[in-house]
Amino acid sequence: MKNNSTNPFYLIPYYLWIVLFVISPIALVVYYSFFDISGNLTFDNYKNFFSSVYLRLTLSSFWYAFLITLISLLVAYPTAYWLTKTKNKQLWLLLIIIPSWINLLLKAYAFIGIFGLYGPANNLIASIGSERLQILFTDFSFIFVAVYIFIPFMVLPIFNSLDRINPALIDASRDLGASSWTTFRRVIFPLAINGVKAGIQVVFIPALSLFVITRLIAGNKVITLGTAIEQQFLVTQNWGMGSTIAVFLILFMIIIMMVTGEKGGTVNGKIK
Amino acid sequence: MSGDSIIRFENVTQAYEGAGNVLNNVSFELERGKFYTLLGPSGCGKTTILRLIAGFIKPTKGDIYIEGQIVNNSPANERQVNTVFQDYALFPHLNVFENVAFGLRIKKLKKAEIERRVLEALEFVNLHGYEKRDISEMSGGQRQRVAIARAIVNDPEVILLDEPLSALDLKLRTEMQYELRELQQRLGKTFIFVTHDQEEALAMSDEIFVMKSGEIQQSGTPLDIYDEPINRFVADFIGESNIVDGVMIDDYRVRFANQEFECVDQGLNKNEKVEIVIRPEDLHISPLERGKITVTVDSQLFRGVHYEISTVDEVGNEWLVHSTKKVEVGSRIGLDFEPEAIHVMRLNESEEAFDARLEAYGAPGHEK
Repeated sequence: MKNNSTNPFYLIPYYLWIVLFVISPIALVVYYSFFDISGNLTFDNYKNFFSSVYLRLTLSSFWYAFLITLISLLVAYPTAYWLTKTKNKQLWLLLIIIPSWINLLLKAYAFIGIFGLYGPANNLIASIGSERLQILFTDFSFIFVAVYIFIPFMVLPIFNSLDRINPALIDASRDLGASSWTTFRRVIFPLAINGVKAGIQVVFIPALSLFVITRLIAGNKVITLGTAIEQQFLVTQNWGMGSTIAVFLILFMIIIMMVTGEKGGTVNGKIK
Repeated sequence: MSGDSIIRFENVTQAYEGAGNVLNNVSFELERGKFYTLLGPSGCGKTTILRLIAGFIKPTKGDIYIEGQIVNNSPANERQVNTVFQDYALFPHLNVFENVAFGLRIKKLKKAEIERRVLEALEFVNLHGYEKRDISEMSGGQRQRVAIARAIVNDPEVILLDEPLSALDLKLRTEMQYELRELQQRLGKTFIFVTHDQEEALAMSDEIFVMKSGEIQQSGTPLDIYDEPINRFVADFIGESNIVDGVMIDDYRVRFANQEFECVDQGLNKNEKVEIVIRPEDLHISPLERGKITVTVDSQLFRGVHYEISTVDEVGNEWLVHSTKKVEVGSRIGLDFEPEAIHVMRLNESEEAFDARLEAYGAPGHEK
């Protein structure tokens, strides 16, 4: 019976990790958020966050994250659905996931090449007789690249939840008189909703704090919460304000996780 | 008969890619309001027949008629047929009420009507008061009832049941057998039940189709099939049986176990090789000198209702005997049986020829 409780000794590395790399950084961020640029204790950073500049920044950050998530979802859902119907599911899935293993910076630089004024995209446009366009440093290129990067993270959870649906449920729905569309609406979609939620979580939250792509692809025309934090720390050297934005970012993440979190009950069509 | 036929298969063949024929040129006709059972080992094609009727798959060859209409190409949602699935296939995201209401909601019935019919269906399967429950809160037997309610609430002409009792424990299964049979009689609908359990088939059906390797071996009432199995497979599959080789000497005379016996079969060729079936419960233990054959007791098992006694005769045939009397292992005993207990099976006889032969001497098994 003593074996029931694991030796607390084994938990030490885990706790150590949590304290050093999760709790203490958050504590530090919160701590710094109460100091102004000259090191005085103040609530001004929080007051400033609610000024129009930062609110607009937050709003635009949310707007871009929303667009990126929505487009990823629109691309990923049909892809995941189609994947569950193919014969070599695992192979196709692997092909979709592989790009996510490549470093983000490399992918961003690749797109600079592709979208550049004399890159393949513009060569194509020129070949059909049109003028070369400024693709890079636009909202379009930013959202395109962000969606490209996030798609695998959206496909994976949706694929998993679709794939786990008992096929007999689809037969049952058809048997009870539902057309394929009604079956999708009333059975498949509600049963795979947790996959969609998980996908939204893993795309929306990182999309809020993107800063590498905003820099390289959007040329700092798009400023997200992530870019703002980076600028406060590295350019303005206002650690206090940077920390305050970070605190809000963390709060937003917590709220999103709560909203999209699972509520228990059933998971992916299997009865618990 | 065809006036009241509800489902007809005409030379239906079903082939799956790389799996050969799952159904081989199957033809049959089902009458309205009866309880049919498709019985056979796994992989015999019985579930394929069900899926063809439900419309989940299309026949590779042949035609399927429901109510006289060819339905080969009509999808499942357009057929007046509902299924109770093997694992019930209840929607886990809906509660009991919504599961049962699913079909009615799709038909866009009025709210009050949906409510009335769902509650009625739940009442019918003794689940009154469970409407608000989650599926995960229901036991196996209760889920089974929800699945049945979900099928009958749509008032279909035919209800298909795909091994619906296989996941239940023995006691509940027996209970559900009674309930299903009673339900079918109250509803007066056609039930097509798929199972590999011969006791279930015998207990519930008006008519049984025994299947093997994509073909119907024999169809008939439970008594017909039990008493006059067409071949070794059916005899073996339906209940326990003693099957030995024999030779037809003349009409009403058959030879097996090195002796000649009187029997009730006629119309076979003289000296035709046949197989003899005698059910274990038709063999009676008797004193040595009065038995028709003499056997040595090999082993004995107590089965509760009877002893299952395994014996061997002088030429090495095994005879299984069911008896309420105990015998001594190793002892020699006599076995007695009536001429009617001897069932003669021709080798490779088709079902038509078999039926015609039985017809000819007017002796269906149950009219002893």
